[in-house]
Amino acid sequence: MEKNIALVLLLAPLFGFLFNVFLGKKAGKGIVGVVGTVSILVSFLATLFFFSKINANPGQPIVVDLFQWISLEKFNVNFSFLLDQLSVLWLLFVTGIGTLIHMYSVSYMHDDENMHKFFAYLNLFVFFMITLVMGSNLLILFIGWEGVGLCSYLLIGFWYKNQDYNDAAKKAFIMNRVGDLGLLIGLFILAFVFGSLDYHVIAANASDLKIVANNEGLIALAALCLFIGATGKSAQIPLYTWLPDAMAGPTPVSALIHAATMVTAGIFMVTRMHFVFDLAPQVQDIIAIIGATTAVLAASIGLVQNDIKKVLAYSTVSQLGLMFLALGLGAYEVAVFHVITHAFFKACLFLGSGSVIHGLHGEQDMRNMGGLRKAMPITFWTMMISTLAISGIFPLSGFWSKDEILLTAFHGNTVLWIVGSIASIMTAFYMFRLMYLTFFGEFRGTEEQKHHLHESPALITIPLVILAILAAVGGLISLPGNSWLNHFMAPLFKKAHEAHHLDGTAYALMGVATVGALIGIGIAYAKYIKKSEVPAPDEDIKGIASVLYNKYYVDEAYDALFVNPLKRLSHFFRNYFEVVFSEVVFGFGKIASAMGTQGKAVQNGSVGFYLLAFVVGVASILVCLFLV
Amino acid sequence: MNVSIILILLLFGALATYFSGDKLAKSVAFIVSLASFAASILILNQHNAGIPSDFTFRWISNPNIFLASKVDGLSIAMVLLTTALTAVIILSSFGNQYKNSKAFYALVLFMAFAMVGTFISADAFLYYIFWELALIPIYFIALVWGNGDAEERKRAIIKFFIYTLAGSLFMLVAFIYLFQKAGSLMIGDLYLLHLTAEEQFWIFGAFFLAYAIKIPIFPFHTWQANTYQMSPSVGTMLLSGIMLKMGLYSVIRWQLPLTPIAAKTYMDVFLVLSIVGVVYGSIIALKQHNLKKLLAYSSLAHVGLIAGGAYTLSLDGLRGAVLQMIAHGFVVVGLFFAAEVIERRFKTQEIAQMGGIRIQDTKFAAMFMIIMLASVALPSTFNFIGEFTLLYSLYNVNIWFAVIAGTTIILGAVYMLKMFQNVMLGEANIKPFAAITIQESLVFVVIIAVLLFFGLYPKPINDLITPALQEIVAKINFNLNM
Repeated sequence: MEKNIALVLLLAPLFGFLFNVFLGKKAGKGIVGVVGTVSILVSFLATLFFFSKINANPGQPIVVDLFQWISLEKFNVNFSFLLDQLSVLWLLFVTGIGTLIHMYSVSYMHDDENMHKFFAYLNLFVFFMITLVMGSNLLILFIGWEGVGLCSYLLIGFWYKNQDYNDAAKKAFIMNRVGDLGLLIGLFILAFVFGSLDYHVIAANASDLKIVANNEGLIALAALCLFIGATGKSAQIPLYTWLPDAMAGPTPVSALIHAATMVTAGIFMVTRMHFVFDLAPQVQDIIAIIGATTAVLAASIGLVQNDIKKVLAYSTVSQLGLMFLALGLGAYEVAVFHVITHAFFKACLFLGSGSVIHGLHGEQDMRNMGGLRKAMPITFWTMMISTLAISGIFPLSGFWSKDEILLTAFHGNTVLWIVGSIASIMTAFYMFRLMYLTFFGEFRGTEEQKHHLHESPALITIPLVILAILAAVGGLISLPGNSWLNHFMAPLFKKAHEAHHLDGTAYALMGVATVGALIGIGIAYAKYIKKSEVPAPDEDIKGIASVLYNKYYVDEAYDALFVNPLKRLSHFFRNYFEVVFSEVVFGFGKIASAMGTQGKAVQNGSVGFYLLAFVVGVASILVCLFLV
Repeated sequence: MNVSIILILLLFGALATYFSGDKLAKSVAFIVSLASFAASILILNQHNAGIPSDFTFRWISNPNIFLASKVDGLSIAMVLLTTALTAVIILSSFGNQYKNSKAFYALVLFMAFAMVGTFISADAFLYYIFWELALIPIYFIALVWGNGDAEERKRAIIKFFIYTLAGSLFMLVAFIYLFQKAGSLMIGDLYLLHLTAEEQFWIFGAFFLAYAIKIPIFPFHTWQANTYQMSPSVGTMLLSGIMLKMGLYSVIRWQLPLTPIAAKTYMDVFLVLSIVGVVYGSIIALKQHNLKKLLAYSSLAHVGLIAGGAYTLSLDGLRGAVLQMIAHGFVVVGLFFAAEVIERRFKTQEIAQMGGIRIQDTKFAAMFMIIMLASVALPSTFNFIGEFTLLYSLYNVNIWFAVIAGTTIILGAVYMLKMFQNVMLGEANIKPFAAITIQESLVFVVIIAVLLFFGLYPKPINDLITPALQEIVAKINFNLNM
């Protein structure tokens, strides 16, 4: 029974994919949308079933073992799935938000001739995401890991006539593969040290003091390699530059894949493998530092971006950085908490931006927006709630989760706390900048656009409203001093992490964070409401702003450091090495061409020569054999 | 029933094809290839039921030469690969019109005959004959039915021929030496030889020249790109899909068990050469303007990894090698067929003249993409299983080998996605792209089915090859401990 429901949970989106690929075009857009959405909804309902099971029996994870997959000398890898607290939590928001975004897409993608393909890819994405989350070993996770990367590639490049979009898609896939190599090497080390890739076996052996003591260096290296994998998928330094480009994809994709679910896979994996990371404190330090640095770097770029989706993209990178900061400090459940609240408000923000773009017929530049509040009230209010949440305003969800991260950082390392706080102030600023530029002031677009301004239809606004409600109240799952989430996740961790007590420090930090957020909002208000500033055209951006606007020239640096040298090397190999090898290696080349030239002279030269050679060859075998 | 039935089927099938005339040739050849595949399946069933399918005839009494076969899981896997791919390749050629097609298809079957012979021979003499025999048909196929400038082609094909022939002669010398020592060329007798480390060194080296050129291993690969480019795609598929596996198979069957001390002593050298090939092939593939050449270099990278796995002398390495040989066989045939499908319509192999195909034929684009993804070893495709196992076996020798060879994961994605973008995506090409035919789709569907099925459920192949490979690893270890 459980096995069947688990299979339904896993395979329903795959069914949606197959249906939409093979029958979608014939079935028509209505059915495509319904099948696509319902197949995710079915998974969501199945997840609810497992959620109640796990809730009732917290100590009993459900394992579904199917069949042997890869067989190696020392261990086998099976198609096997695990439903425990962590996977169920992830499944809840993946399939839950997934359902909402599919619903949204029915309207958003309705005019696209390839709507059936869009739904097929989206379904396939959810299937791989479920695989990633539900696997009971690292290699099943890896199927999902690369599978979601593929879907991301397909969806970023969904409008494949545009080669710029294809470039963005390619970049995402390749950068992720850099991380994937790290992950793969990490798997090799873990398999070598612990003799398995199953979570429970690794966990058991990771508590074996003898194994750990003998392999300290390797375990730390494995943790580092896994983290490299995470930096690819979750867009951290140094592999984050694909995510802003990924905004080339349709907006529902940005909401689902590049904000709420796929990019959290790195956090999932680190949490899943916490028993390995706990053994490598140096690597945890690296994670915390990278997380904090990414948070502030991405936020600073977000300050000056003018494309509404780019702002949100850098915001996502920045928020993911905060989650890694928490992971690096060993506060896994705090990171998970922020993953969940972020999924709510960021999905809402992206879908809201999609609603705006939809209303403006494709316009994404905030310099050409403004004053949309009246025409699009639902979009405005839902986005406003989410913006307040992400800025950390009491009592919305982001307040609680961000506060937990900063509190943890404060107890861990003051510098990390300061960096995280600066990132948070910046977040409040750029988010309100986005809101003010988009919804306040006068409309700056064309008359034509102004004429057509309208609120989006219900299929778009309903998901917005649901997500905005969740963004508002989501913090309830983990209130300080009384955290349901920590209690729920307790069986996963050896050490029970209790929620921070509401002592004087906690209140003080909340106060500081709130003041910081208000400062960010205040600056944005002064600039964009009081002075009604509009960001300058691209050519007028100068000074530091230009460095930020050009993303610190990291893309250019990568081109100069990696891409171009590789191209030159390829040229060099092709034009020199190949020529040299082909002529010189063992003299064969020269002999060959000499014989070839002679062969040409003879009538029917090549064929004759060949036969001659063959006869001589066989004859010499025979002669040798018979004479010996 | 013994395994010779496949040989007989293919040989007489080749004759029958020739005498059936130009019109019927392709159908006859296709039926023969299907029949030989069916026979391979029967042999497989027999093997699974525990009934031996070997044959041994005394052929020449002085010296002792046998017509003898060794039919274990490894040979059967290779025979299945050969007969299955031969059928796929013949099917893939239905859209082409060849002059003198009776000779063309007879040569294709004759080549399959020689390759099957190579995979089942248990006597080195027989093995060598089949090994060399396989060269004749491909030589003519490439020379007579190839494309491009005739003079240039002649040069490329002769170069290929001299290269491979010259390498093989060293192997012949090694066999003659072994015959002197053992008094027989039966593989079982050769396995029992006590060779000194020095003898092993020379014999290993002689084998290596033959195999390194055939596979090819860097830097013995320079015949490859041009030959692949100039051959008709049937020839390219035969070469890349099956024939280069003769070299890899021979490493596992002949070279490693006979000369393990040499292989172990110089393991790092051969691993480095193999891995250099992986990286070199991948990098050079980044900047190819010709689609078939690009695929040739990508194939160089893939077989380098296979060779690397085999030279780790570990069960994981050997198993990964055999799994990947099969996976690579299908994937490379699929890729070259995609190139052929495009060439049929656009009459070019130049990537710059392609582009904007997906929008004209989404079905073809989808199938091409799946095969492309298998070639970059996306998990859940057969190629992932091979690549994962191979890299893991390299990791167990040295982590840096795995890291450097692992860059193929990244570089493979770079050149393949770039190729796909330039060939398939973008605004519609000004040249119309006629939708692919049912026959063409069938080829892709078969290949994709194999790649996905065994990607999720490789157990049948695993169970087939593992006992044979365990036996070989045992031989290697026994010889090493002697």
